[in-house]
Amino acid sequence: MKKSHLFYLTIIFIYLYVPIAVLGINAFNLNRYGLRWDGFTFKWFVAMVENPGLMEAARNSFIVAISSASLATILGALGAIGIYLYRFKGRFILRGSLLTMMMIPDIIFAIALLVLFLICGISLGFWSLLLAHTTFCLPFTVVTVLARLHGFDPYLLDAAKDLGASESQVLRRIIIPLLLPALIASWLLCFTLSLDDVIVSSFVTGPSFDVLPLKIFSMVKVGVKPEVNALATIMVLISIVLVVISQYLIKERKQ
Amino acid sequence: MRSKTRNAIITLISLWVIVFGGVPLLLLLITSFLKQHPDDFLSLSFSLKSYYQLVDPVYGEVMFRSVRQAGLTTLLCLIVGYPFAWITCRLQSRYRLAVLILMMIPFLTNSLIRTYAVRILLGTNGLINRSLLFLGLVDTPIKIMYTDLAVTLGLVYLMLPFMVLPLYANLEKFDYRLVEVSRDLGAGPIYTFRTVVWPLTLPGIIAGCIMVFVPTMGLFYVATLLGGARDLLVGNLIHQQFLISRNWPQGSALSVVLILMMILMLGFYGLVLLRLTKRREVV
Repeated sequence: MKKSHLFYLTIIFIYLYVPIAVLGINAFNLNRYGLRWDGFTFKWFVAMVENPGLMEAARNSFIVAISSASLATILGALGAIGIYLYRFKGRFILRGSLLTMMMIPDIIFAIALLVLFLICGISLGFWSLLLAHTTFCLPFTVVTVLARLHGFDPYLLDAAKDLGASESQVLRRIIIPLLLPALIASWLLCFTLSLDDVIVSSFVTGPSFDVLPLKIFSMVKVGVKPEVNALATIMVLISIVLVVISQYLIKERKQ
Repeated sequence: MRSKTRNAIITLISLWVIVFGGVPLLLLLITSFLKQHPDDFLSLSFSLKSYYQLVDPVYGEVMFRSVRQAGLTTLLCLIVGYPFAWITCRLQSRYRLAVLILMMIPFLTNSLIRTYAVRILLGTNGLINRSLLFLGLVDTPIKIMYTDLAVTLGLVYLMLPFMVLPLYANLEKFDYRLVEVSRDLGAGPIYTFRTVVWPLTLPGIIAGCIMVFVPTMGLFYVATLLGGARDLLVGNLIHQQFLISRNWPQGSALSVVLILMMILMLGFYGLVLLRLTKRREVV
């Protein structure tokens, strides 16, 4: 690697990671405002756990992330299998619509769903969040699972059918086991997408169901909150672990 | 081959896409042509008022500033991201994966938390100001927070991975030998870039710009947390129209404009791809 190239990459990564690192250091800093290093402490983590509003929002966010990731993975896998296996009218339209959905900016998606929920009389809270998050995660699972399906040996399915396997047997015994890494990867991706979403959540949830991004937003609008540093550090760590695992699962199939 | 499984799968996924993808967007479009109702939020009568309002100086100015801000962000992301993607493609494969994962992590880290992190850094007592003071470059802390500069820095920080990943996907397919051939034939680096590299990587550049430009205008919380003028982005206006003023038709009209910009850029992207394939056929 050329020295100038290494230098450039380093500068960019400093730009990307220094703010996160400072946040992480401040989470353990006794000095409330992070003005200087006053010593190591777990105080802010304790403060975070003892903040009932924050904990409730965290619980809600995790429930929504787990349920929408599961629902999106099931739906997305079925959708990808449908698009891959069956030739039907509108197959390309379906695929195109899913790709378009992936590109629509969050804010447009958020208000479009808000309008739908209010017109249909769906109250804003857990269910509206679940539906919204599942929908914006769906294209990502379809794409991940389809990529894996295209890596399959096409004769595998024909062989199974020739040997007399029924369609549901093919699905259960061959497709799903082979898809497992892609399914886990897309579940993890959806989980992080859901947990990190700010824009959609701020439109489609109601006052009775507070979620983390909104709670954090209202806390940091007024100033520095060390509990938020602690919480942010935990969330960044969760994201890093999940990204690395899911990338590992996706890359492994290529070897 | 017809079976219950097949029909169930296709129906389920298509219905989901229609009900939660197509219908809401259609409702949004319809809402933008309705009138605001004092108690009911919406009255069912046709009106173009929300669109006339868009050229009104108040909205027009926000629109203009928002487009300018998003344009600047996109340009900076491109200037910073293009060499990054180029260098990454030239790396040995074992380093490449590591660099890409390092780029993916911020991409999937909570953007609100990252905005907050930028805010800590840029504040009067933040790392930037203290470093400048320490180095003796300034005598008193400079004001970065609550300026348009802070918003720009925050937006570039958030959106850079969205530019780099599509660029990388495109540059990865670029045959580097073309550059060598061009240089061997006596072309200078600038000429080679302009006539060989740029046209072939243009689809990636446009894809990256699409991924950055329109979404940037929706990031209302960045303007709220870092900005001086709180209505810097269209996203702030939409947020305000929907959640505070309850003027749904106005908010919907603003987002229809965003969708139109998106469609325009996608059309341009299609056009460039078409020209490129045609040119290849000629060669």
